[in-house]
Amino acid sequence: MSLLGRVDIDPEKLERATGLYRIIDEEGRVVGEFPDIGDEVLRDLLHYMIRARVLDEWLLRLQRMGKVAIHAPNKGQEAIVGAVYPLRPEDWVFPSYRDLGVYLVRGMTEEEILDRALYNRDDPLRGSDFAIYGHRKYNMIPTPVPVGNQIPHAVGAAYAMKYRGLDTITMVMFGDGATSRGDFHAGLNFAGVFKTPTVFVCENNQWAISVPLKRQTRAPTIAFRALSYGVDSIRVDGNDVVAMYKTAIDAITQARRGEPFFIEMVTYRLGSHTTADDPSRYRSEEEVKRMERYEPLRRLRKYMEEHGYLREGEYDEIYKMYYDHVEKAAREALEKPPLPEDVFFENVYGDKIWVLELEKEEFYESLGIMKELGLEVE
Amino acid sequence: MPVMNMVQALNTALREEMERDDSVVVLGEDVGRRGGVFLVTEGLIDIFGEERVIDTPLTELGIVGFAIGMALNGLRPVAEIQFIDFVYEAFDQIVSNAAKIRFRTGGMYNVPLVIRSPCCGGIKGGMHHSQSPESYFIHTAGLYTVMPSGPYDAKGLLKSSIRLDDPVIFLEPKSIYRTVKEEVPEEDYTIELGKAKKVLEGGDVTVVTWGAMVHMVKSAAGLLKDKLGAEIEVIDLRTLFPFDKDMIVESLEKTGRLVVVHEAPKTLGLGAEIAAFIAEHHPELLYGPIIRVTGYDTPFPLAHEKLYMPNIARLYLAVKKVLEY
Ligand SMILES: Cc1ncc(C[n+]2csc(CCOP(=O)(O)OP(=O)(O)O)c2C)c(N)n1
Ligand SMILES: [Mg+2]
Repeated sequence: MSLLGRVDIDPEKLERATGLYRIIDEEGRVVGEFPDIGDEVLRDLLHYMIRARVLDEWLLRLQRMGKVAIHAPNKGQEAIVGAVYPLRPEDWVFPSYRDLGVYLVRGMTEEEILDRALYNRDDPLRGSDFAIYGHRKYNMIPTPVPVGNQIPHAVGAAYAMKYRGLDTITMVMFGDGATSRGDFHAGLNFAGVFKTPTVFVCENNQWAISVPLKRQTRAPTIAFRALSYGVDSIRVDGNDVVAMYKTAIDAITQARRGEPFFIEMVTYRLGSHTTADDPSRYRSEEEVKRMERYEPLRRLRKYMEEHGYLREGEYDEIYKMYYDHVEKAAREALEKPPLPEDVFFENVYGDKIWVLELEKEEFYESLGIMKELGLEVE
Repeated sequence: MPVMNMVQALNTALREEMERDDSVVVLGEDVGRRGGVFLVTEGLIDIFGEERVIDTPLTELGIVGFAIGMALNGLRPVAEIQFIDFVYEAFDQIVSNAAKIRFRTGGMYNVPLVIRSPCCGGIKGGMHHSQSPESYFIHTAGLYTVMPSGPYDAKGLLKSSIRLDDPVIFLEPKSIYRTVKEEVPEEDYTIELGKAKKVLEGGDVTVVTWGAMVHMVKSAAGLLKDKLGAEIEVIDLRTLFPFDKDMIVESLEKTGRLVVVHEAPKTLGLGAEIAAFIAEHHPELLYGPIIRVTGYDTPFPLAHEKLYMPNIARLYLAVKKVLEY
């Protein structure tokens, strides 16, 4: 490149970053080239999405019962399952806090998710935080709650894979709001500079709590911003699970070749931000009603019914099957005892540290006094 | 006099200061239409408009850096960090700039900035919605750090902070946002920064504390009297830096015994500084050791947070120990 010459941008890349890739429209009609994905995959995607929707409903219910601290509703964003489905188990995923479908595709069971949400004795994360899920055995790193922190981690982990000669990749999820954080900038920039095998999936659900996308950026699209870091990108109808799946296959293939890729998943958050939120303060019911037509399960169901993949009534049967399953799992998870009282002294350091040992002794002494004086603290 | 909770008192303080002074602006994530996630800025956008009540992009470093620029050029920004646990992205801006611009520029420029933020535990917020990081700020020269324990103080301290010509970290214990109610005057009043408040008189043990812990300590006074025969004197520090050494010393002249209670982890918490100050300058006042009742030196947990936080049982043990020495 000559210092004073002009620099051209591949117009095709620009087109992908500002267009909208879709295959099944909101009425279940095929509007793009339908990929050869096989009946099995289509059914799998449907099942994962239904499982995510059912679990979401249950977590909301358990939160209202006061059993779950806080839940971030997933409804409307279930097509994220298409992005993770083509990954290999050895690939690493850095999900966000609104990704039930991701956790399920990676192999987490409803039982495991409930133990986590209720932070009972079997919670693998030992009562550390709410609304975060993951497990080493699924190569899925529980998200940090500070929005966007996981983005550069996924880039560094991908660099380590390349360095170690592995052919695995990383995939990271985050919201539209997260694109304003320094973590996003640093992550994308490092991925571009170091050519890491990373797939970025921005779940652009139009809102960051009450702040609309136009308050996050004046760039025409988020995928366009990725391009400016030299990271190839695409803007996809994120309520079309088939388009998400097809996009992910291409993205993962490119990442395995050692080039990062960025997916802007255009979707919509139908529920509240979290169970602590009141969306009536900042967006209209009409907007939500209008967007319900576009949600991902409705259209997949339509497509599958019209093309003979689902017989009449089958969708409801599947739904009920998972509903009953979660009901039973929830009952069992609720019956489990809580984590031990001294659990928070675990996992602070790998070694024993005298400061914590001393504090632990004081802690046990205080438990004794509580009993002696009949004090209710919890 | 109207009875208010802390959210209402803070909201009133913001509104009154904005009415009083055009240069006061509010910015942060969700502070506009949403009114803040705890509703501290509720309704301000309807009165003052989008130019003065600014919903920002989601970046704490942006919020603070932008606010510093505003403050350099004639505005008095009140920046909200949605939870203090999310302030760390802005740390460079706070430590290297807000705190140091006066010094760097030989006093030519100053930063009249308030960073207000919900802090502390007690609402099952887990490890990233419960922290008490006041020590990071207290340790940084150039910053004031304030934490009210109730509506009356919240209004007066926020007004003083907004009128101050230096940056203030204004921490609001979210667990008592709505639980503590008291009469709050409708008229304008301020509370001098650097002045503590005696919230309970007693002759046996001085307990220095702040934020939501003030209420925990007060609620233990009866039990401590019954079981240990001890009358505690409770000092609510209110301004954490510069703290009111005089009130502590004066109280110790009477009691000779000191317990410090704070939610922040023990190691290098403000309790350490208070203890060191007394040990260094007034060892003659002490009958025995200074005891700290604090958060443990672990991350703030989701599970068993009430056992993690300072509680009555732990205060009981501390008071017993200083009495028996
Ligand atoms: C650094 C940081 N600042 C603020 C918050 C509070 N917060 C939690 S989620 C959220 C909005 C996130 O929006 P987006 O990235 O679009 O993700 P979405 O929740 O829409 O899935 C905010 C402001 C946070 N968790 N972390
Ligand atoms: Mg969003």
